[in-house]
Amino acid sequence: MVFGRSERPRLPTAIKILIAGGFGAGKTTMVGAVSETRPLRTEEVLTDRGIGVDDISAVEAKRTTTVAMDFGRITLSNDYVLYLFGTPGQERFWFVWDELAEGALGAVILADTRRLADCFPSVDYFERRGTPFVVAVNCFEGAQTFELDEVRMALQLDPSIPIVMCDARKRDSSREVLITLVKHSARLRAEPVGT
Amino acid sequence: MTPPEDPVEEHWVDPEIIRPYVVTRGRTRPAHGRFDLISMALAVGPLPGPDAGLDPEHLRILQLCREPKSVAEIAAHLNLPAGTIRVLLGDLFDRELVSAQEPQSEVDMRDVRMYRAVLDGLRSL
Repeated sequence: MVFGRSERPRLPTAIKILIAGGFGAGKTTMVGAVSETRPLRTEEVLTDRGIGVDDISAVEAKRTTTVAMDFGRITLSNDYVLYLFGTPGQERFWFVWDELAEGALGAVILADTRRLADCFPSVDYFERRGTPFVVAVNCFEGAQTFELDEVRMALQLDPSIPIVMCDARKRDSSREVLITLVKHSARLRAEPVGT
Repeated sequence: MTPPEDPVEEHWVDPEIIRPYVVTRGRTRPAHGRFDLISMALAVGPLPGPDAGLDPEHLRILQLCREPKSVAEIAAHLNLPAGTIRVLLGDLFDRELVSAQEPQSEVDMRDVRMYRAVLDGLRSL
């Protein structure tokens, strides 16, 4: 729905993809590599009322807390704009993920093979939520000591979930990861498209 | 001469947290519209003059939205929380100075054409 005084200006449709993974897995790097500008940062100020009861201890005396998200924009055409959001790393901010994940096309989970366990929570989260996701193993220099099959086994990934190698610093490599995700999401939710 | 204030009293709140509420005059929800982080906004018509009764932040949003911008982008450029931008956008929407969109109702995740358009766009990057 487009509303406002006039039908003249055409607003593009905004689509979002989440870039998840553990701290230091390369989320902001990937957002920056493939976006048309350097990563931007947006902040949500939240009062402790917005935080789960169990988490109040984490904010202690502070009555409000700020959650920062890095994001980037890719203008796909006059009709579509794609936004990539790096998910806040700390687990206590998962309630922000719910808002982010709502209406998302899907998620890329960046895995760092040196700290593979860091992406378990992301895998669990998107599996539970039913959000389409792919796992991208970020190949840090000298860190490629795992085969993709080993990573798949370690993460107990369903065979239907794509897992790819990538270099989050490289535009082409990051773009290929996004294409893999969009195809996967289309397979799950729409008719098969393209090749 | 007034006695010096207790420094603890003086700094009990962070100005960075106060500013968003000053800008919105204490409002935390927009009067109209439900904008999420990727809701797109576009300025409509000419930029209002200084007698229009708008705040500087409103005018900055209108300047920024000569091209379609999302709530997240506006927030990043104005260095204000997204929640504050939602309120300010609601004001502008009420005064018919922006057209805006609710993306969650807009995007049909079963729409094959959407996936094709996204794939085409990514491939031509």
